[in-house]
Amino acid sequence: MPKSTSERRPRTLPEENGASQWPLWEVFSQGEGGAPHEHVGSLHAADAEMALQNARDVYARRGPVVSLWVVPSAAITASPSDEAGPFFDPGADKIYRHPQFYKVPRGLKGF
Amino acid sequence: MNQQTTDPSEEALNAAFEARIAAGETIEPKDWMPDRYRTQLIRMMSQHAHSEIVGMLPEGNWITRAPSLKRKMSLIAKVQDEAGHGLYIYCGTETLGVDRAELVDQLLTGKAKYSSIFNYPTLSWADMGVIGWFVDGAAIVNQTVLAKASYGPYARAMIRICKEENFHKKQGYEIVATLARGTPEQKAMVQDAVNRWWWPSIMMLGPSDANSPNTAELIRWRVKRKTNDELRERFIDLTVPQAQAVDLTLPDPDLKYNETTGHWEHGQIDWDEFWAVVKGNGPCNRERLQARRDAHEEGRWVREAAEAYAEKHQRAETSNAA
Repeated sequence: MPKSTSERRPRTLPEENGASQWPLWEVFSQGEGGAPHEHVGSLHAADAEMALQNARDVYARRGPVVSLWVVPSAAITASPSDEAGPFFDPGADKIYRHPQFYKVPRGLKGF
Repeated sequence: MNQQTTDPSEEALNAAFEARIAAGETIEPKDWMPDRYRTQLIRMMSQHAHSEIVGMLPEGNWITRAPSLKRKMSLIAKVQDEAGHGLYIYCGTETLGVDRAELVDQLLTGKAKYSSIFNYPTLSWADMGVIGWFVDGAAIVNQTVLAKASYGPYARAMIRICKEENFHKKQGYEIVATLARGTPEQKAMVQDAVNRWWWPSIMMLGPSDANSPNTAELIRWRVKRKTNDELRERFIDLTVPQAQAVDLTLPDPDLKYNETTGHWEHGQIDWDEFWAVVKGNGPCNRERLQARRDAHEEGRWVREAAEAYAEKHQRAETSNAA
């Protein structure tokens, strides 16, 4: 999952076992029938091609998947979680954006 | 206690966190959480991820000797799934601010634990059936509950895993049922596997509640939603009728149905054996760790080659752009 820049730790490579940390990628998959791409998980890969192949092998093992996106996790900017209240507030109190806010004449059948 | 817990702002954050947990809210990676919640999750999730990876070894042992192409394909698919499960949970653990390389290092150096069950040997083909039936069966019981864990990335990984584990359990039970109605030798082979795997399988759900120091805290934080003994009871209730249906005997003379509670009750569990295996002295602990170290070492050139390839292409792209 993406972290905000301040939270991201410096890359540390434990050299004793030779494991270097490939960049992290977020995987989005699209199912059949015009569904939108949805986040399904993440993985490490050296480059985009490898990320895509590994995403297919891990996150599309049992169809039906018609499309995959892989995005470097570092490229994602996320909304602030500690200010989620004020950040999303503008959409929370506007009941007039919903159809239930409006009245139609009594007795009207079908709308 | 450290200074942080006496800090008033820390106390307020803590109270808000506890309130969110009590309200059944899901905690996400960027949300504030107590250090203890984070470290407990890192411990539990990384052990779980290691178990998926080490769990590939006992079954990998039989891929080349599967009795038919169909069984071989199923077994390969199952072992591949376990690798994927390890990956889901490692990635989930990384959202808590720990690097996968660090976690792998803890496994390879023996600092981290993994499920006790994978330190038992797979002696016959029937073990492939019984592992799917018992071990994956027990894992499903555990993971179905973890799919409601308070930490979002863990819960989501569990939901993906549970969908795949059902195939694992069913293919295992099919192997068991086939052998159970086969020749007398096949029936004896599968009964032997049941006898060897039953007790380790009910132990794998963890120490009994009286001796599980982490349970109360994890339940309060809604990471765990059921105690080890509750999970064990659920697993046994599900499994007894399945054993009866294929005419196999579970090796517990004290196993009996309690009419009042509606549950099966098991005999005395040999917890000394469990703790010996957890502490590194099971039949295969050293072999399993060595196999992981060898695999990691032998895969080194692949990791280095992929990195060199990625760097070369990165350089080419940069110079083209210039």
